Amino acid sequence: MHARADAPDTAPNWPDDIFATLQRFDVRQVPYVPDAGHAKLINRVLASPPMRGIPLTTEEEGVALLAGAWAGGQRGVLLMQSSGVGNCINMLSLIPILRFPFLTLVTMRGEWGEFNPWQVPMGSTTQGVFELSGVKVLRASNAAEVPAVLEAAASQAYNALTPTAVLLSQRLIGAKVFTK
Amino acid sequence: MSKANLLDRRQVVSTLLANRKDVVAIGGLGASTNDMRAAGDHARNFYLWGGMGGAAMIGLGLALAQPKLPVLVITGDGEMLMGMGSLATIGLQKPSNLSIAVLDNEAYGETGGQTSHTSAAADLVGVAKACGIQDSRAVTTMAEVEAFAKAVHDVSAGPRFANVKIDSASLERILPTRDGTYILNRIRGDLGFQPI
Repeated sequence: MHARADAPDTAPNWPDDIFATLQRFDVRQVPYVPDAGHAKLINRVLASPPMRGIPLTTEEEGVALLAGAWAGGQRGVLLMQSSGVGNCINMLSLIPILRFPFLTLVTMRGEWGEFNPWQVPMGSTTQGVFELSGVKVLRASNAAEVPAVLEAAASQAYNALTPTAVLLSQRLIGAKVFTK
Repeated sequence: MSKANLLDRRQVVSTLLANRKDVVAIGGLGASTNDMRAAGDHARNFYLWGGMGGAAMIGLGLALAQPKLPVLVITGDGEMLMGMGSLATIGLQKPSNLSIAVLDNEAYGETGGQTSHTSAAADLVGVAKACGIQDSRAVTTMAEVEAFAKAVHDVSAGPRFANVKIDSASLERILPTRDGTYILNRIRGDLGFQPI
């Protein structure tokens, strides 16, 4: 886990808003590759059966998992950071072919105040990769808009089978701080 | 070229599915999905024509959603190698109703028979075991296939893994439907789920 600059002084509440929305939509399987920005949400998921947090070795595993979950009658959501989106590309082809509800929440790196240049290429193409792959992109840039964005994303993903990614901006999460 | 001591893939898959009852079966991209079709079409057959490396994870999602149903993934060595990390993910979740059978011909049969990593070095049984799938078997006889087929129905003792050495003969293609939406919704319908 890493500290973040520009984050609020107190622990942020927006992960609780996300969690509440996922609960309300009866999301059961939550595959993830950890990110500091998702840490609080992951902890809530892991502490809240029958919701099930499922750590992955690589993000595309989560796309395939959600297809299987839906075949078995359950909804899921994939948590990852922007660098993982590139890992998913071929597996995203399952979504239009099988037509299962796909929602992913992506914490952004490589934008707002980024320190690490290695994050910038993938962070810069994250939205484009999704759009070329047929996944609609919504973005939350501040804590106040998280509930409405999540509500819209979950509604269109689960009710209208519109594959949707929510980009949680680095401005919302706070840029990662590297200390010696 | 086939060797006398290697198993026939169609016979292996037919045996795995012969007395399937309520099994949901996932066929990995390549000849495995064709073998499943050759054994007889079924509403609970999840045929894959893409998403290479994803078969085991589709099995995990299904197994977690339906913990009382036996879920059987049938895939090839190349497809399993591409999704090798999923064995670690499955080893961590330990879904007791999930079984994985790899049809290992040590080659990429669909693309010209190029040798795969299992031909000389990679030991998928060792990988599965080391990832925490304790019941991981190296299968070389039909008696062992039959025993594995029986074990698939015990939804309290998995996950389990079998690497089945098969001959690399190229067989007549028996193709399942390619309509993914149909395939998935047919499974959902058979499990009692309504369309959205």
